[in-house]
Amino acid sequence: MPLETAPAVAGKPPAATPATRTEARERAARNRKLTVYGARIAVLLAFLGLWEVCARTDVIDPFNFSQPSRIWDQIWQWVTHGTAQGSLGEQIGYTLYEALTGWVIGVTGGVLLGIALGRIRFLADVFGPYIKVLNAIPRIVLAPIFLIWFGLGPASKVASAVVLVFFPVFFNAFQGAREVDRNLVANARILGADNRRVTLQVVIPAATTWIFTSLHVSFGFALIGAIVGEYIGATKGLGLLVAAAQGTFNAAGVYAAMTILAVVALLTEGLLTFAEKKLFRWKPADAGDGR
Amino acid sequence: MSNTPAIELTNATKRFRTPSGALHTAVRDLDLTVAQGEFVAVVGPTGCGKSTTLTLVSGLEEPTEGEVRVYGEPVRGINPKVGFVFQQDAVFPWRTVLSNVMAGPRFRGVPAAEAKERARDWLGRVGLGAFEDRYPHQLSGGMRKRVALAQTFVNDPDILLMDEPFSALDVQTRALMSDQLLELWAGTGSSVVFVTHDLDEAIALADRVVVMTAGPATVKEIFTVDLPRPRTVEAVRLEPRFVELYREIWASLGEEVRITRERGAGRAA
Ligand SMILES: Nc1ncnc2c1ncn2[C@@H]1O[C@H](COP(=O)(O)OP(=O)(O)OP(=O)(O)O)[C@@H](O)[C@H]1O
Ligand SMILES: [Mg+2]
Repeated sequence: MPLETAPAVAGKPPAATPATRTEARERAARNRKLTVYGARIAVLLAFLGLWEVCARTDVIDPFNFSQPSRIWDQIWQWVTHGTAQGSLGEQIGYTLYEALTGWVIGVTGGVLLGIALGRIRFLADVFGPYIKVLNAIPRIVLAPIFLIWFGLGPASKVASAVVLVFFPVFFNAFQGAREVDRNLVANARILGADNRRVTLQVVIPAATTWIFTSLHVSFGFALIGAIVGEYIGATKGLGLLVAAAQGTFNAAGVYAAMTILAVVALLTEGLLTFAEKKLFRWKPADAGDGR
Repeated sequence: MSNTPAIELTNATKRFRTPSGALHTAVRDLDLTVAQGEFVAVVGPTGCGKSTTLTLVSGLEEPTEGEVRVYGEPVRGINPKVGFVFQQDAVFPWRTVLSNVMAGPRFRGVPAAEAKERARDWLGRVGLGAFEDRYPHQLSGGMRKRVALAQTFVNDPDILLMDEPFSALDVQTRALMSDQLLELWAGTGSSVVFVTHDLDEAIALADRVVVMTAGPATVKEIFTVDLPRPRTVEAVRLEPRFVELYREIWASLGEEVRITRERGAGRAA
């Protein structure tokens, strides 16, 4: 039996080569991925390790720069015993609630106004200069004003998130509505679409790519708006945690709050990417996607 | 009623403002009449103004001077009787193939079930029945063009404007689609204006072939194609009269092509 199969196998190496080549390529790709992840973790560990060692050997002052182990202890303490303002979950919930509300309002307003101005020339000509002026104001300085207007509660944070989110979304929606492929609009009109249908079924789908680009960035802005608002004055939230930690010269607390923020931001970013993948099934896969 | 021409361009002129602010004349003093049920092919050198002429008839653009009439009525905006197959890709990338073909009937208020049925019928006729769930980016260029054809035909247009509709197709599909177009046109009695660079195609399909001058476009000469119908594209090419017409029209067109080419070379130099 082995005597018979041996020549048969030897007789068709060409059939075997492509399969093994594909396999080899897949294995190489997997290995490369593992190497990249490994290297990333190594970089992180090296950084944290160096920080820890420097702090312990007093190369840097742990009072100002803190150290990873203390930050971790701080996070752990917040998780197990809660913060001075209440449980950690409640602080995260407040910040997320403010950011999310501000983001939804800002995005809705930005998209609606952007598309309206992009489609209706008259509106664009009238409101264009005002929007440019408003955009030129460094909007983060509005946060204290909102605090005066809306008080210590969530409303003032929502307001600062809204003003930060609105403009990038607005400009992207405007640009998207302006730069719709003229052939597509012409085709839709010939096929029988009225103005409303052109807006709803051509302009908006065509502009979604632009809008989605800004959604990613703008959620980050919403978080910044909420945090800065809380930092200036609040009764709950992660920003307040930072402010409180700073007030008691607790550097570990500041870093711990920042770490939590980063994790929250990364998670929401991941959710958005997931939604985007679902929504943009009609788009060809980006050549640079897997990098 | 049936004596009114389907399309009538009188002294139509179209000027565009170029980015530098100068005026560019794309079409100049164009006179052209297309009778109801007539198949007219338009040939002319590249960039002479053929597509622009079609946009004037469709109502997408207004003539700067002169008048365009469709069924005796001056063109004001888009006429629902007109179908337009664009030179460029114009299918909606975010809609599936089926949904693209359904778009026209849906825009016109046809119930979804009926629109779907009509769209499926047309997808079958252009040979894309198996691809209805794909998105345009998953199709080849020729397949996308066939989606565009189905998208236009599903609306049953009385006037059909076609801007190089078959130029992206392979030779076999092109012959198939040409025969299908002839069959369809004979059945519906619609009027067709068919822009092409392929003289074979123009003669095989049309009742009359219009030769345009080098830009700005105006009608240079019109040839009547007196080949018997029904025709099939492959068979008609072999007739002696076809070859004769080809020679005549090429002589007329060739001169304009040369002028255009020399101009281009002059500008580049
Ligand atoms: N919107 C526009 N603005 C300015 N110039 C234009 C515009 N559309 C067309 N033109 C110009 O008008 C001329 C005619 O264009 P057109 O598209 O009608 O040519 P064409 O005969 O269809 O050419 P082709 O055979 O290559 O498709 C060209 O010189 C072009 O640059
Ligand atoms: Mg053209």
